[in-house]
Amino acid sequence: MTSPKSTRPMGRDEHWLTVTKPTATTRFFRTFLPWQFIRFIVINVKMVRIIAMGHHPKRS
Amino acid sequence: MGARVVVLGSGIAGHTAASFLRKWLGKEHEVIVVSPKTDYNWIPSNIWVGVGLLRPDQVLFPLPPVYKRAGIDYRQAKAVAIHPEGTGDDHQACVAIEYTSPEKLGQQERVAYDYLINATGPKLNFDATPGLGPDKNTVSVCTADHAAHASQLLDEKVERMRKGERQKFLVGMGHGTCTCQGAAFEYIVNLEFELRHRGVREMADITYLSNEYELGDFGMGGLHLRQGGYVTPSKIFTESLFAERGIDWVTRSHVSKIEPGRVFFETLAGEEKELPFDMAMLLPPFRGAALSAFDRNGADITARLFAPSGFMKVDADYTAKPYEEWRAADWPRTYQTAFTNIFAAGIAFAPPHPVSVPRQSPKGTNITPAPPRTGMPSAIIGKAVARSIVDMIHGAKEPTQTASMAEMGAACVASAGANPFTGTAASITVFPIVPDFEKYPEYGRDLNHTFGEIGLAGHWIKILLHHLFLHKARMRPLWSLIPE
Ligand SMILES: Cc1cc2nc3c(=O)[nH]c(=O)nc-3n(C[C@H](O)[C@H](O)[C@H](O)COP(=O)(O)OP(=O)(O)OC[C@H]3O[C@@H](n4cnc5c(N)ncnc54)[C@H](O)[C@@H]3O)c2cc1C
Repeated sequence: MTSPKSTRPMGRDEHWLTVTKPTATTRFFRTFLPWQFIRFIVINVKMVRIIAMGHHPKRS
Repeated sequence: MGARVVVLGSGIAGHTAASFLRKWLGKEHEVIVVSPKTDYNWIPSNIWVGVGLLRPDQVLFPLPPVYKRAGIDYRQAKAVAIHPEGTGDDHQACVAIEYTSPEKLGQQERVAYDYLINATGPKLNFDATPGLGPDKNTVSVCTADHAAHASQLLDEKVERMRKGERQKFLVGMGHGTCTCQGAAFEYIVNLEFELRHRGVREMADITYLSNEYELGDFGMGGLHLRQGGYVTPSKIFTESLFAERGIDWVTRSHVSKIEPGRVFFETLAGEEKELPFDMAMLLPPFRGAALSAFDRNGADITARLFAPSGFMKVDADYTAKPYEEWRAADWPRTYQTAFTNIFAAGIAFAPPHPVSVPRQSPKGTNITPAPPRTGMPSAIIGKAVARSIVDMIHGAKEPTQTASMAEMGAACVASAGANPFTGTAASITVFPIVPDFEKYPEYGRDLNHTFGEIGLAGHWIKILLHHLFLHKARMRPLWSLIPE
């Protein structure tokens, strides 16, 4: 994705000269289907682990 | 003899609690839901209504048929007052309700209970800021109606841009003490995505305006993620996401007033500033629902059950103390109140204090995000409270379940553009939600379980969750197997 250049608010703080931006490779993998299928599974597993840590019987 | 459990509210917390109560309790026990609106709203998907991608009826469905099928007694009414000791000589605890259904509009009734769950969620406090709200100068996505109104205004603005008129969009927090930054974040990135999709992005200036000290605070004091060989604060990722999309941002701000097309705000540094806008989606701060409480003699005991914010006081440590002394143990675990048969679940409970570092402007204005109150903990708390009540009905002396936000994690998917092939979302897991610096001294959280990633997979998960959670809320087959 390219940043729409004409929307840079000239004259205001130009935050994005000092921020981290993704490289073209990072951006490519964000929507690269084979990689995203794998990530779909990995993220689901991570989320299920968090859910499993959810609430507990009371321990006194 | 059977027990009667009354649930106030049919949002994420109340509906989850009522569904599980009905599942776990035998037919000799009664479950009653009191809620003013007949529709269930899957609120997280309101974001997509607000940018015109979904219709309101795709995020709403009527609850009465679901309750009828499940055997839950539903009253279309709002709770007004709680009488935990009963009234006069009648020692039966009850709650006063006022009907909102067209047939019984305004009629009052007292509903007796053995156990009560207050899951009345937030009151959207637009009045906290002059000029804020859909009836005034800004739009909101907090309800499906608000979101539909936002979408209409967006269409108008797109038309103007197509005719060559530049438009300024402002999205964020309408007050210095707002929470729900995640929703504003989702709305602004979805808005940007949609404007690109409609071919007018070059004509739009988009700015995020927030009470957060840094972007990525989200009312959780930010979070840290392991990535690329570094432990990186959420500020870096959030700024990156905005910069990549050409979204400007202003943080550390308290919106003090909104006039048509102009927002006035005070910064932590003490400056008074203003920004022009053509369309502003600014979220309101939250209060608790306006409920009162009375003892048997009619004396007002609201302050015993409720904090000044209107949220219900539960088993948290509400002692006022400085930030340095805040502990994970301050957060409630069972959500039981001073009355052992009254519980609060979801947004309705009063948090002990914020999570983010509290800050004030030189004028003394509080510019601190309120603690996060997302859907997953709301549902988990609703279910835990339901289980405790079921066990107490079956003889347990005290609540059997705990669900402290300082002991549970959250999984959250923030949409960053809705398209099955080009869309993305930020998938985040965090453990625990409220940082515990005694257990995890450096960052307050377990970095093995705190994770974040942006990609198309997150969008697919968001779609999946939309359908799964609506299926669950409709109590369709196997609903109870779907996790909170
Ligand atoms: C735009 C938006 C997007 C969001 N996105 C996400 C997300 O992606 N993920 C996430 O986890 N969370 C998200 N959240 C937060 C999530 O929606 C809330 O955490 C959740 O709805 C809280 O549940 P609740 O049951 O406490 O309150 P609610 O869902 O608000 O339910 C409150 C219920 O109480 C009823 N009520 C009100 N007053 C009374 C009364 N006096 N008597 C009886 N009933 C009453 C209401 O009608 C309603 O039924 C989002 C919030 C917003 C606004």
